[in-house]
Amino acid sequence: MFTQQLMNGITVGGIYAMIALGYTMVYGILKIVNFAHGDVFMLGTFLALFCTQTLGLGYWIAFPIAAAATAAAAMIIERAAYRNIRSADKLAVLISALGVSIFLQNLAQLVWGTGTHPFKSEIALVTFKIGGVTLSNIQIGIIILCLVLMGILYYTVTKTKIGVAMRAVSQSIPNARLMGVNTDRIISFTFGIGSALACVAGIFVGIYYDAVFPAMGYNYGLKAFAAAILGGIGSVPGAMIGGFVIGIVETLGGAYISAGYRDAFAFGILILVLIFKPSGILGKLRVEKV
Amino acid sequence: MKVSKFSLAVLSSTQKLALIIVVAGVLLILPFITDDYIKSICIQTCIYIILALSLNLVTGFAGQLVLGHAAFYGIGAYVAALLMIKINVNFFISMICGMAVSGLFGFLLSLPTLKLKGDYLAIVTLGFGEIVRLVFVNWTEMTRGPLGLSGISKPSILGFKFDSYTRFYLLALALVVVVVIFMKRLVESGVGMSMSCVKADEIATESIGIKPVKYKRLAFVLSAAFAGMAGAVYASYITFISPTTFVYNTSVTILAMVVLGGLASIPGTVIGALVLTMIPELLRFLNDYRMLIYGALMVIMMIYRPQGFYGAEKRVRNVFKKNSQRRSP
Repeated sequence: MFTQQLMNGITVGGIYAMIALGYTMVYGILKIVNFAHGDVFMLGTFLALFCTQTLGLGYWIAFPIAAAATAAAAMIIERAAYRNIRSADKLAVLISALGVSIFLQNLAQLVWGTGTHPFKSEIALVTFKIGGVTLSNIQIGIIILCLVLMGILYYTVTKTKIGVAMRAVSQSIPNARLMGVNTDRIISFTFGIGSALACVAGIFVGIYYDAVFPAMGYNYGLKAFAAAILGGIGSVPGAMIGGFVIGIVETLGGAYISAGYRDAFAFGILILVLIFKPSGILGKLRVEKV
Repeated sequence: MKVSKFSLAVLSSTQKLALIIVVAGVLLILPFITDDYIKSICIQTCIYIILALSLNLVTGFAGQLVLGHAAFYGIGAYVAALLMIKINVNFFISMICGMAVSGLFGFLLSLPTLKLKGDYLAIVTLGFGEIVRLVFVNWTEMTRGPLGLSGISKPSILGFKFDSYTRFYLLALALVVVVVIFMKRLVESGVGMSMSCVKADEIATESIGIKPVKYKRLAFVLSAAFAGMAGAVYASYITFISPTTFVYNTSVTILAMVVLGGLASIPGTVIGALVLTMIPELLRFLNDYRMLIYGALMVIMMIYRPQGFYGAEKRVRNVFKKNSQRRSP
């Protein structure tokens, strides 16, 4: 039973990790929490739903299109709602992000209704029994794909030229600009990548749970944010670790302690981390300069 | 520093007094010349004004973005409701108890969170709001969960029952006046000044010997207490409460009122609450688009006018100039 829940937790954790990456990368660069990221994730999921069900496209075409569309949407949001107020009062940026979040969530509710939609995955469910634990091919697929995509992202950030540019921008925007980095473009790119990953995570949610709903942005987003904080916001490997931890703790807690309070575990962890170790597992403590 | 076109400070004292008398007159006559529907909207507006003013204290004046404000609203409501239903406590005492418990939770929430800055604080308060809501839903022994609590009595004092719309309206109005006066006095006092300093620049404030944590904590507690007051009034007004009233959307709506009306502006917040309560009633057909509009408005306001409709460009009071020479900068 325990190992079973553990595997379930890892699956969910991978999904949280992918969403958390979006939060952590944007925070690393702009030092703002992109409130709207959870809702962009939700938007991506519904775009994928739209592509597969309404447009009837096959999976291998629909999903990349959805991911690209989500990335584009995020870049538009960044341009419209964040770019001009980045330099201003922090509170203003926060409220603007909140406004985007509310707008997206209610837009989705208007278009698709507040209820739950089935995702109707065409993947035939095959279960494997390994030593008392039942794993489905979907679960294995999700875990492997999450690890692969995160690996690609990690490689991009650490080894490629654009990754160096991203890290430069996260350290200091004016200095990166002095070094010849087109900071606006890198920022857009970061938003885009984080959102594309979130879209893929959303597709996993759809296939795994066969249920998507407009409020999932809020729900998953908050937990992914907790994961990002837990791992150390601004740190890419941190977000990955945080995601898995939250997934495991939440699943085990929901199974052994209380199902009704399942959602509260992530919030509880969030509050505990912020009280005792705000820099998270892999984060660095930032000193506020006067 | 421009003088805001709509600033009340450009009026002389006599003009201000005249304005107050006119407005008071209209408000007092209102219940006797309008029907129950209008009165019910007014009562709802009064409740939201108190809520918005309470949030304005912590977000506008102390600069702490609180996203779980509906939790304090709910705590006040449930405490007052339970006292009135189970042990038949008088409304006014229940309301004060509700305020006290809400304030206590404001204090408890402030303990771990005041070390945090803007974004983190916002999310933690959001999480707090969610946890409180989950407690309302799951602690069925006390709250009856989703079924809610019904049969809450209307307020009464010494045998005089506020059981008509007119009477409740006047009570709500009286409470609003009390809250507005309290807020105004608080904000213009040394305490209020300290809070504004904390919002403007925390490090500078600390460097002149004012402890930011103390004032932020005070703002949290007071804001929670007044939200609790609004909750108690709501409970007695509708005579039924359930967890669905105290959700994230409610917190967002209250924030929208403060942001659109004018952060750190008392008249602005009142107007914000007025507008955002009345317009949805008048434009019922837009109900589905309401939250959508709030979200878009928040973004637009932050880009083009972050101080809200009514907020002044800068808020500085020159205490050394005489009244006649005072200009609103």
